[in-house]
Amino acid sequence: MSRYLVPLIAFAILIPVFVIGLGKDPSRLPSPLLQKPAPQFELPSVTDPSKTVGSASFENQMAVINVWATWCVGCRQEHGFLMQLAQSGTIPIYGLNWRDNQAEAQRFLQQLGNPYVDSAFDEDGRVGIDWGVYGAPETFLVAADGTVLFKQLGPLNPSLWEQNFVPLIEAARNTQ
Amino acid sequence: MKTVFAMIGLLLLATSSYAIDPSESFDDPELQARYEKIIEEVRCLKCQNQTIKDSNAFLAADLRREIRRMLEEGMTDAEIFDFLVERYGDFALYRPRASGKTLILWIAPALFLFGGAFVMWRILRRRMAMPIDDEPAEGA
Repeated sequence: MSRYLVPLIAFAILIPVFVIGLGKDPSRLPSPLLQKPAPQFELPSVTDPSKTVGSASFENQMAVINVWATWCVGCRQEHGFLMQLAQSGTIPIYGLNWRDNQAEAQRFLQQLGNPYVDSAFDEDGRVGIDWGVYGAPETFLVAADGTVLFKQLGPLNPSLWEQNFVPLIEAARNTQ
Repeated sequence: MKTVFAMIGLLLLATSSYAIDPSESFDDPELQARYEKIIEEVRCLKCQNQTIKDSNAFLAADLRREIRRMLEEGMTDAEIFDFLVERYGDFALYRPRASGKTLILWIAPALFLFGGAFVMWRILRRRMAMPIDDEPAEGA
């Protein structure tokens, strides 16, 4: 009897392991930054290079940091939603324009609208590395005290926003 | 015929050892060797089955540039790996360090080896206990 039972039990244990393992998308990596202080940075603004944008811009307020680029297809997909979000006034959105061309980035914002309070111009991707960015679009939620609360990979949309961001934003506002 | 063999032989000698960024080399051969070794150990997060040595994705190029900068600044290999793990997580290293989260990766091979050895030992012991003149079942 145990001759069949042992392999059967082993099989029964392995099945959920495989089901869970195969159900995961290996390109979605958890961020080691979660619940840690957001990396400090200061970069020139995309729209006005004489100004700087950085951690100081959203000090002491909860903010969304959106990593975008003109070459990024997902960024165009989520752009409409970001415009809506900016208009709703729920939370300030700051952009990290990653590995891009400044003139093209400016044109992108002129043509499609600018949902960002301001966008930092990370031409060589150094700030992106500090933030663990590996593919745009990526969207971070940073608490007023500078803690990274959440990181969304890929384009945002209303349902992802409701599901992942809204509960965290409400919880943070209620404890204030 | 000889020429054909010679040509095939020469083709076999040609290995794909091209550098992705030919400009990226240190004057100090020791630093260069450390650099080559480190970039072979780091995963390109954008193209996950390549090292940043093999990949020409710009993220890989950025990471190589950062690693070069850190080497020039005199950081140790361990400090450089720490820098990467802090930002990208354990997955960034092809040989993840043994921590609570990655422990299973390190002990699983040993568990499988000993588990297999145990099963084999039990089967062998049972077979040894059988009479020696035991013939295979009829028709088997």
